[in-house]
Amino acid sequence: MFYKGKALKVGDHIDTDAIIPARFLVTTDMEELGKHCLSGLEENFRQKIQPDTILVAGKNFGCGSSREHAPLAILGAGIKVVVAHSFARIFYRNGFNMGLLLLELGDRVGEIAEGDLLEIDTTQNMLKNVTQNVEFELNPISEFIQKILQAGGLIPFAKQRLQGA
Amino acid sequence: MAKTLSEKILQIHTSEEITGPGQIVQVKVDKVLANDITAPLSIESFFKMGAKRVFDVEKVILVCDHFTPNKDIKSAEQVKKVREFAQEQGIVHYYEGGDVGVEHALLPELGLVGPWDVVIGADSHTCTYGGLGAFATGLGSTDIAYAMAFGETWFKVPGSILVEIKGRLNKFVTAKDIILTVIGHIGVDGALYKALEFTGEVISDLDVEGRMTIANMAIEAGAKAGLFPADAKTLAYTSACGRQDRELVLEKDANYEREITFDATKLEPVVSCPHLPENVCPVDEVKGIKIDQVVIGSCTNGRISDLRQAAELLKGNKVAKGVRLIILPATPNIYKQALKEGLLEIFMEAGAVIGPPTCGPCLGGHMGILAAGEKCVATTNRNFKGRMGSLDSEVYLSSAYVAAASALTGYITNPKDV
Ligand code: SF4
Repeated sequence: MFYKGKALKVGDHIDTDAIIPARFLVTTDMEELGKHCLSGLEENFRQKIQPDTILVAGKNFGCGSSREHAPLAILGAGIKVVVAHSFARIFYRNGFNMGLLLLELGDRVGEIAEGDLLEIDTTQNMLKNVTQNVEFELNPISEFIQKILQAGGLIPFAKQRLQGA
Repeated sequence: MAKTLSEKILQIHTSEEITGPGQIVQVKVDKVLANDITAPLSIESFFKMGAKRVFDVEKVILVCDHFTPNKDIKSAEQVKKVREFAQEQGIVHYYEGGDVGVEHALLPELGLVGPWDVVIGADSHTCTYGGLGAFATGLGSTDIAYAMAFGETWFKVPGSILVEIKGRLNKFVTAKDIILTVIGHIGVDGALYKALEFTGEVISDLDVEGRMTIANMAIEAGAKAGLFPADAKTLAYTSACGRQDRELVLEKDANYEREITFDATKLEPVVSCPHLPENVCPVDEVKGIKIDQVVIGSCTNGRISDLRQAAELLKGNKVAKGVRLIILPATPNIYKQALKEGLLEIFMEAGAVIGPPTCGPCLGGHMGILAAGEKCVATTNRNFKGRMGSLDSEVYLSSAYVAAASALTGYITNPKDV
């Protein structure tokens, strides 16, 4: 898959309470959750998100509670891919299960600046920073997770299994 | 070759030969848990998958503990959805109303989890059952839906870190101080994707409740699980809860990626300062910070031993003027026990508010939300920005001793000073 967009940066250890505060967990509607995306970090964070935003985060993104509302809020705000130094474990599974692409870049994530134009090619495991004209290799995604992604997320994956495919 | 606790437990739940960390295995699960926040999403995913019946009506557990008694119309609708699903499916372990307690205090007490089990829950603190020797971990709602349908899930076999706690605990130093110290030492991502496995004299001396307090916060170091061996104490505990279990022994020569040793004799009461659990310092370094609220409860420290610790300091004393002390016994049984032992009377005489068994303010749900500028000492497990209310409020995490001492003075206080 191929993605192109502008970097919007957040820091290290962004927890799921920051992504979607508990008081908004009274719905499972993605659009509704999306309105409050990252409002636990900054009240009006949603306004910074453009249709082509690629979220670029530091270490341990998505730590804290297991709420799937967190990747849903990000997807609901129109973000399709998050690039981070590393992800918290539960969030990492949830992201893929929901169809949100999560890419780990390690220490080099710090070289991306706010607003940089990024191009991502998952088939090549490459991230190109067009603004700075540099390329990074991404940490590969495990085979089993790729199967889930290929099916389109865990729900279609399970559907296939139930239908005996 | 010797296996880690995680590998031992996973091995008896999979047909594949476990060779070591990084391997992805399909695992049968003993219990699948969700709550009033996460179950509605699981139920939606379950039906979207085309599933019709849960794999086992005895093994799917639904606990409505977060926003209950329902705090508003929307949360009432969520619980209704969970309740109707439980009825339709004939789920045996559905808890609400007077039966409900904070899930991770409730399940052990009901004998639903124990040594050698694999338990997954749509709640990050599912790792609490590691205190009993279960491989227990939190997953998202859709992973849980998958397990509700198939009775299995996949895991990447985690690498394990051995944490040895030597020595003896000093007066007023508790399991909470141990785990906060560990998190302060390794950081909130110090055990990312890994299991923490605990051993040492202090661990053998600790009661099962203390072990669960430690396992509960493994996730705050990023860990997948926090595991304890199951010894005679564990087996006595689970058999009192109606189970028959067998020992789970830790072998130090297993393939541990890293070993960390702490000497508990040197530990003193600590607190974790805003806004990250790793910001840990001795209570004396922050004593004197003025507070507005104290919360004693949650799946970390809302058990009877915690209430006893609080009562020890509160007995015959009054909460400082201007401080709200909120005490939430974590389950109805703990509540009853506290009533029998006269603890509730001590709390009321001291001027505390006693709430129902619920998560309540722990996650900023209800029953004790903080206003901008307010500070709270809580026995809970997370002090993220805005966790208990306003983005401009602050939460300090501590043991029940430090919390009760602080409630009495109105400032963060070392229990030995009251
Ligand atoms: S008490 Fe707090 S941490 Fe524990 S399950 Fe409830 S909300 Fe989560």
